[in-house]
Order: sequence, then C-alpha cells, then structure tokens
Amino acid sequence: MRRQVPLIITFVVGSVLIIAAFIPHYPFGRLGENFSLYFDIIAVFAFILGGGNLIRIHGGKFTRGIKLSIAAAKKTGGFWPLTFLIEFPFLAFGGLEDKRGRDWFFSFITLAGFVAMLYVGLFKIGNPDGWGGNVTHPLSTFQQFYIYMFNPLQATMYALLAFFVASASYRAFRAKSPEATILLATAFIILLGRTPAGAYATGWMPESLSFLHVPNLANWIMAVPNLAGQRAILIGIALGVIAMSLRVILGVERTYLGSDRE
Amino acid sequence: MERRAIWYLLGFLVVVLAFVVSTALKGFYITLGAFLTLSILSFLYKDNIFYKAAEHLFVGVSAAYWMTMGFWTVLIPNLIGKLHPPIVRPFVPAIADQPANYFYLIPAVLGIMLLWRLSPKGPWISRWSLAFIVGTTAGLNFIRYMASDLLGQINSSMVPLVVLENGSLDTLTSISNIVIFLGVFCGLIYFFFSKEHKGAFGVGSRIGIWILMITFGAGFGYTVMARISLLVGRFQFLLGDWLGLLG
Amino acid sequence: MPNGTPQTFMDKVQALDRRVVFLFIALAVAIPLLFNVVFSEQVSPIVGSIFERVDNLPEGSKVLLSFDYSPSTVPEIQPMVDATIRHAATKNLDIYIMALWPTGQNIADETIHRILEPEFPDYQYGEDYVNIGYKSGNQGLINVILTDLKKMYTTDVRGTAIDSIPMMASIRNLRNFDMILAFGGGFPGVKEWVLFAGDPGNVPVAGGVTAVSAPLLYPYYPSQLLGLMGGIKGAAEYEAELMRRYPRFETATTPGLDMMGPQAVAHIVIMLFIVIGNVAYFATRKKQTTGRGA
Repeated sequence: MRRQVPLIITFVVGSVLIIAAFIPHYPFGRLGENFSLYFDIIAVFAFILGGGNLIRIHGGKFTRGIKLSIAAAKKTGGFWPLTFLIEFPFLAFGGLEDKRGRDWFFSFITLAGFVAMLYVGLFKIGNPDGWGGNVTHPLSTFQQFYIYMFNPLQATMYALLAFFVASASYRAFRAKSPEATILLATAFIILLGRTPAGAYATGWMPESLSFLHVPNLANWIMAVPNLAGQRAILIGIALGVIAMSLRVILGVERTYLGSDRE
Repeated sequence: MERRAIWYLLGFLVVVLAFVVSTALKGFYITLGAFLTLSILSFLYKDNIFYKAAEHLFVGVSAAYWMTMGFWTVLIPNLIGKLHPPIVRPFVPAIADQPANYFYLIPAVLGIMLLWRLSPKGPWISRWSLAFIVGTTAGLNFIRYMASDLLGQINSSMVPLVVLENGSLDTLTSISNIVIFLGVFCGLIYFFFSKEHKGAFGVGSRIGIWILMITFGAGFGYTVMARISLLVGRFQFLLGDWLGLLG
Repeated sequence: MPNGTPQTFMDKVQALDRRVVFLFIALAVAIPLLFNVVFSEQVSPIVGSIFERVDNLPEGSKVLLSFDYSPSTVPEIQPMVDATIRHAATKNLDIYIMALWPTGQNIADETIHRILEPEFPDYQYGEDYVNIGYKSGNQGLINVILTDLKKMYTTDVRGTAIDSIPMMASIRNLRNFDMILAFGGGFPGVKEWVLFAGDPGNVPVAGGVTAVSAPLLYPYYPSQLLGLMGGIKGAAEYEAELMRRYPRFETATTPGLDMMGPQAVAHIVIMLFIVIGNVAYFATRKKQTTGRGA
C-alpha cells in the first residue's frame, strides 16, 4: 500500500502520457490531457507546502529561542522582563548558550515577512478593485511589496554574484594547461566581442579580414563551436532524461519515494 | 568591548537617521527598496546583521509571495471555482455560474495528500501525489526530449560538409559545418566512458575536450555578462531611482 | 608564506584582498553609469531574425508573449521585453501576455502600465492586447494549452471570462498563434516552449533569455528556434534596430543600450584582473621552480 500504489500510479500516468503521444485519440488523448491538467493544479499545492514548511521550521526556531531567552533572563534573577529587554540584542542575535535557540530573531523576521506578504496578498489590501481585482494590480499593496521588497531582495542577491564571479576569476582562472588556455582565450573573445569594446578594438581591420573582427569572431564561436559542444551536451542530457524517465515509469528508480521508515 | 558596542549603536543610529531622511525625501517604499539593496550588498564587506536580516526577510516574503500567487491564480479559479463555482462569486464572478466539474476532486485530493507531508503522522500519504507528479513529468519528458533534444538535434547535425554557392566553394560555411559535425561527434565520444580513450577514439575524445573547452569558455563569458547586467540593474536603482543621480 | 620567505610584490598581488576586486567592479559599473557612456550597436543575425519576423507579420497577427522570469533577471530581460512590445504594438499586432513564472504576472502588469498604456493609448485592452497571467504547471501547462488553452485559462488577470474577451474568440490553443516570444530566465523557459509547443505544435518560437542560458539554446537555432536575444547585448541590438527602423523611438528609453557602457568597462576590468592574476601566478611559480632547481 505504501510503496506499491505510488509505483502503480507512476506507471499508469507515465505510460498513458507516452501512449497519448502516439495515439492521440480517445481514451489516451483525453486521459493524457487530463493528467497534465491535474498535474498543473497539484503543482500549486507545492507552494502551500513550501509556506507550511517555513512556518514549521522558523516557527519552531522562534518559539524555542523565545523560551530559552526568557529562561536565560529569569536565571539572572530580578524582574525578568526588564532583564530580557536590556539583554535583548545579546539574546536575540546569537548570544544564547544553547545552539538550538540562537538567532531566533532572524526567524522572527522571516515569519514577520511571511505574514505581512501573505496578509496583503490574500486579503488584496489596497487593491482598487477590491476582492474581485487583479492580485497584481499596479496600485495594490501586494504589488508595492513585490516591487520594493521582493524585487530588491532577489535582484541584489543575484547581483552579488557579479562580485564573486570577478573575484573567483582573478583567483582561479589560470592558463595552466592547453585546455585551460583554450577556455581562457574563448572567454576573452566573448567578453570583448559582446561589448562595443570589441568592435572598437578591431574596427580598423580591412574588409578582407572581417572574419577576425572580434564581434564577428564571437558570433562565429557562439554559432559554431559553442553550438557543437552544447549540442553534444544536450544529446547526452536527453539520453539521461529518457533513460531516467523509463526507469521511473517502470519502477526501477524509486528514490523519490523516500525511505521505508516514513 | 564597550567601545565596540558604542560604535555599533552609533552605526545603527546613523542607519536609522538615513532611513528617516530618505523616507522624508523620497518616500517610504523606495527607501525600503534602497535599504534592502544596501543590506544585501553589505555582505561584500563581511557577514553582518543587516545582511542576515534581509536574507531572512527574503525567505519569508518569497514563500508568502508564491503562496499568494498560487492561491489567487490557480487554486481559486482552477480548483475551487471548478468544484463549487458559486463559492468564488465574490472573487471571480465571471466563472461563478458555470457548472461544477467533480473530476477536479482528483487533483484536490492529491493536493491535500501532498500537504500531508507537513503532518507528523503518515507522511507516506504524500507519496501518492508525488508519484503522480513524477509519473507525469517522466511521461512528458520522455517523449519531448526524445523528439526535440535527441532526434531533433541529431537531425540538425546532419549538415552538408562541402557547401557550394553559385558553383564555387563556400569556404566559411563548409568549415563551420565541418566544425559542427565533428564537434558534436567528438563531444559525444568524450562522453562515452565504456571504451578506453586510446588510438583513434582517443584523438576523437581529445578534439571533443577542445570543443567542450570552447563551449565552457563561451559559457563563462556569457555568465560574466549576465552577472554584470544584474549589478548594473541594482546600481541603476540606487543611483537613479533612489538618489536621482542618473539623467 | 611558507618557509618564512619574504613576500614579493607578485605574492601580494596573488593574495589581494577580494574586497579590492569588489571595489574595482563597483567603480567599473558606477562610473560609466554616472557619465552616461553609451555606444552604438549593430544587430547580429540571431537577433535580426526575430526583428524581421515581427516586422514582417501582417497587421492583426497573434503574438504570444510569455513572461517567464523574475526580478533576479529583470535588468537583462526587461529591455528586450520593452523593445519587442513596442515593436509589436507599432506593427498593430495582437499581443497576448501570459506567464509560466508567478513573478511574470507582476512584471507583465508593470510593463503594461509603463509601456503600453502611456505610449500606445489607442491600444485597447481585450481588443489589441490581453494579459491572461500566470498558471502553474511549467511544461505541463504548455502541454495542456497546446491542445486547449481554455482548460487552464478561464479568465484573464482582471477576472473577465475568457470567452467574453473579443481577441480571445479566435484562440483555441497555442497553434492559433503566429508566433510565440518567450522571455525566460531559467526553468521553465524558452527551452520548454521549444520542446512542448514549438516542435509538437509547429508554432514559430523565438526567445529572449539571460546571458547564462543563451549558449545552451544555440543548438535549437535556426531549425527549432526562430531567433534568440541573449542577455543585455541581445536587448541592446534589438533596441538599436528598432530606433534605426522606427525614428519615433529615438526618444524612447533604451535601458539595453544604456547598460552596454558599464557592461563594457566591467568586462575589461575583469579581463585585466584575470591577466594580472595569471601574470602573478606564473611569476611566483617560475620563482618557486627556480628556487627548487637551485
């Protein structure tokens, strides 16, 4: 029941979708369409699962931290709420002896952000069209939170990578071998060729040597050797996906079911 | 230690003051955006309390964002609105009068089973819905990867190696096609590990490595380009939208 | 330093604090931005093919724009979206907007609010453009709407029934579109559009993607992918071509072209750092080898 039924479900659903590709008529075509449709809807439950998991983990951390902090404040004697307030920065940010309760204030921030965003989103706060309005209406508070909170946080998180990629290149990008040299040379041509700097650097070249004009060279590298390499990788991945899909459908691959102890 | 605490306190006060001034001049939301951007960027100096707070805020806000979008864009119109349309009348009146479709009980039940993972008892129940998700993904991917990525790509690699244009040899196209054909072939040889890479096979594998190195070099160049663009975007926000220094 | 050998200049260069590198990168980006360094661009064949396709579509052709990205890639992709949406609106094409990423719906609404509404006041919602928004399911969603769009899309983002939107009357599934323009920053994205819509549905698919994903998509061009805008360079090329062909856009915002200045300087700085790193590495290695030899 715990393992057999999931294996049967996977087999039936996977097989029907494959058969539907070859026999796109009743009943396979219809079944295949419906399975895809149900899949789309179930996928949204994963978002709720994510939120639930977040509450479970950070809620636990927060309550544990608060309890331990109060206990620590009480230990010092006197009026504990006052001690708690005075010692707050110490208790909230990593000062607790017990590791399980450390940094509970950050979990509080996570939960506060979660609740605030959920509140303005689910209740469509500030939405000019009310309950029936578009959730992403440009004037809704949800959209404002998205633009001025979610947006800068995510965008800057990724922008940090610009610094790290530069630092890592400086430290680790060495022409130690012929292969590494090829890699480095290609990277330089692309880096130059994809900016106006490349065009200015080799713009003086005569028409007969236009092939060596850096932007042209970069275009050629992308459209020919890069294409060949990526295609070889793509074919390799496709073979892997096909093999893995078959293993899953036939029940050979079962790791997604987790352990028997669950 | 005490001196350090005073510095921290002073630093904190400066941040608060800057926030207040910016809010007065530019408004709350844009100040919040700038403050969060700077908090994340502060990690470049070293890990600190502002970065950690911003990072944790991001986790919470993201999870709620996804939940909200899922709720309003799919759960309400595509599930609850299908099972019992009148219930969604206040939110999506346009679909409130359509007939109910009880086949949607299937994804509803499977979805609830997926949420069972949160329960301390019987998390195995979520395997059923997981099996459905995995089965659908496998079924869809099997066909499409076979057709587009395997057969489609092999088909696209079958190009003429000698190209004539108006009766004379088109050298560049011919060379390009030879590189594509040989590159794909040798790249695949490199990935074939069931035979020792020696002799002619070894030569093919070696050419394959070179082609792959060019590919990775191009990938590196493009990655740098991507990351810099993202940084430019943030600077445009800070220098332009917030400080108003850009024309 | 091992063996207590005194540090040479090259050793110091090799052990440079990463924050110095960070500072140079920040300056390389900030200074050209402040001085508004802008260069001209020439359209490359892979971007040009998208431009030509959009340009040659007859008035009223149906173009589906899919917003499959998030704020993390907005600086790269948004300039492409702005340029193509302007182009499509100038050509009086019917613009259908959807998203495989939830963030795509927010961005789409913001784009409509910023570009379509003020710049094309004659463009009417529901008749010339529509935003049907986000639905979950990734490639599963594409698979469903390839045969029946209304199975997942019962309303647009404003809650209007899909059947009562005039421009949706002629749309049953993805095969009814003359072109799909997917703007993507990862999974699901342009690849999924090629695999699950373009190839099986025989619909022309073109893509605007982050520079990270662009090299991976070249194998699909030109047989399975009409064209590809890769990163900010692709966006700048499209903007430049749009300005060249349609002078009314000469005064329009060109975020792609504006970003190419800092982009170029930052690339050069990174290249210089790589060169310095290599020179220092080989100089210290040579010294160590000679040291061992002696």
